[in-house]
Amino acid sequence: MKKMIALGFEGSANKIGVGVVTLDGTILSNPRHTYITPPGQGFLPRETAQHHLQHVLPLIKSALKAAQITPDEIDCLCYTKGPGMGAPLQVSAVVVRVLSQLWKKHIVAVNHCVAHIEMGRIVTGADDPVVLYVSGGNTQVIAYSEGRYRIFGETIDIAVGNCLDRFARVLTLSNDPSPGYNIEQLAKKGEQFIDIPYVVKGMDVSFSGILSYIEATAVEKLKNNECTPADLCYSLQETLFAMLVEITERAMAHCDKKDVLIVGGVGCNERLQEMMRIMCSERGGKLFATDDRYCVDNGAMIAYTGLLAYAHGTSTPLEESTFTQRFRTDEVEAIWRIKEESSEVDGLMDESA
Amino acid sequence: MDIKADGTNDSLILLKQGAEARVFESTFVGRRSIVKERFKKKYRHPSLDSKLTLRRLNAEARCMTKARRLGVYTPTLFFVDPVLHTLTFEYVEGPSVKDILLEFGLHGIQEERLDDIAMQIGDAIAKLHDGGLIHGDLTTSNMLVRSVTNQLVLIDFGLSFTSTLPEDKAVDLYVLERALLSMHSSCGNVMERILAAYRKSSKQWSSTLNKLAQVRQRGRKRTMVG
Repeated sequence: MKKMIALGFEGSANKIGVGVVTLDGTILSNPRHTYITPPGQGFLPRETAQHHLQHVLPLIKSALKAAQITPDEIDCLCYTKGPGMGAPLQVSAVVVRVLSQLWKKHIVAVNHCVAHIEMGRIVTGADDPVVLYVSGGNTQVIAYSEGRYRIFGETIDIAVGNCLDRFARVLTLSNDPSPGYNIEQLAKKGEQFIDIPYVVKGMDVSFSGILSYIEATAVEKLKNNECTPADLCYSLQETLFAMLVEITERAMAHCDKKDVLIVGGVGCNERLQEMMRIMCSERGGKLFATDDRYCVDNGAMIAYTGLLAYAHGTSTPLEESTFTQRFRTDEVEAIWRIKEESSEVDGLMDESA
Repeated sequence: MDIKADGTNDSLILLKQGAEARVFESTFVGRRSIVKERFKKKYRHPSLDSKLTLRRLNAEARCMTKARRLGVYTPTLFFVDPVLHTLTFEYVEGPSVKDILLEFGLHGIQEERLDDIAMQIGDAIAKLHDGGLIHGDLTTSNMLVRSVTNQLVLIDFGLSFTSTLPEDKAVDLYVLERALLSMHSSCGNVMERILAAYRKSSKQWSSTLNKLAQVRQRGRKRTMVG
């Protein structure tokens, strides 16, 4: 039987990516391009969308070329429906609509957060973990229960990556390859631990107060030479990540799961992975984490998740191929997980028969 | 760990490893008791860790006793050890609300029992809130039902604090609502029954529930219409 192939488009934030994958999770190609702003600045919707428009067509060509396939071989076209920034999201939605009519292919709309989870599961082989999804726009602790990925804990204001990115702007660190990466490198040189507020509310966290505090403290302390930028990065990371590990552990205790999967851009941070690994090993569980190829937004994760849904009979009619800035992880019915479970049950029944 | 010097116990049997503490069964001067030890988190920076551990140990002891003063059942506190980071308190015989609701999910709901539990939960939270105490971690695993009397007992005050702000009370309820939704969606709308009881018992219900409506809207990336 011919393998099913999907082409996926991701453009919800400052990265535009096109990926080609098969149903067993093999990535045939996965190029992406990142919109990098000057130090001290963040990315704005309009400029980001412009960037995506410039790069999307060359990316499609290079993705098809690297995968050595022609458009004929593609089964479905997948794109990020949301959540994300409106203008950048629009780019992939429009491209997919055009291609679906040119190439006569089905469209599958994909939830960005769910895509991160599915990519993480297939790459690491984690079966049923508690998922910590941390990026510039999202901070959620998620676990699968009764047909959906349910959110157990999340940030009640800004995302952890946003907190790090905005602090990087205060220190005018470079945005290349990413502000978070540069904070991580600088933090390795930190020696002094500075007290920063620690805000965990049940299974939720809050970062906006911490950001205000450290923004004010940084200016003050650096002026008086009380600490170095490295100390600040180190203390900020230690505090933020301790909060994340704590709520993850809470969720694990609450839903009785042993393993953790970290996904999303901040998930590449090796200090976060190290802290999480220590916590998991104390609980007799395992940490599953990926590197920047899969952690960071990419087209393959959209393609793979869309293909899962497509293979289980879901597609999105052209009229409904919209995008939305607000799209909760728990709004998506993970039909492929339901089938996974029932096939396991069937298997058991067969054996007993 | 060795608390023998105090003559407090003979043996410790590990019952549960929670997110931040180990819970042991033991005896305290002849009484069946629970020892809750907040252990070191190796992933946390040592100074951050000791700050948090001590702060939470003290807060937990204070809030547990305050809750009792407000007329909410909690286990009786026997002993606090700030050096070993342990609390020793009464052993409560009975299942957690989480287990009861999961059981309902599997074998059908006993309406009368569910009503009684929801009523007690709403009433207990109302008493705490009217007294200016926020539990901070209201999940169904932190509520027990005493076997003999069917009394609701609240446990784990590790994240509790005092506040009279409607905001804090609303977030407290919201945490519970989310825990119920994610874990017990098959039991129907338990939260509605809890809130009905809360309304009856709390004098300040109206400001809290108005705030709760706002807090619900605040959850990130919620779909909006219009």
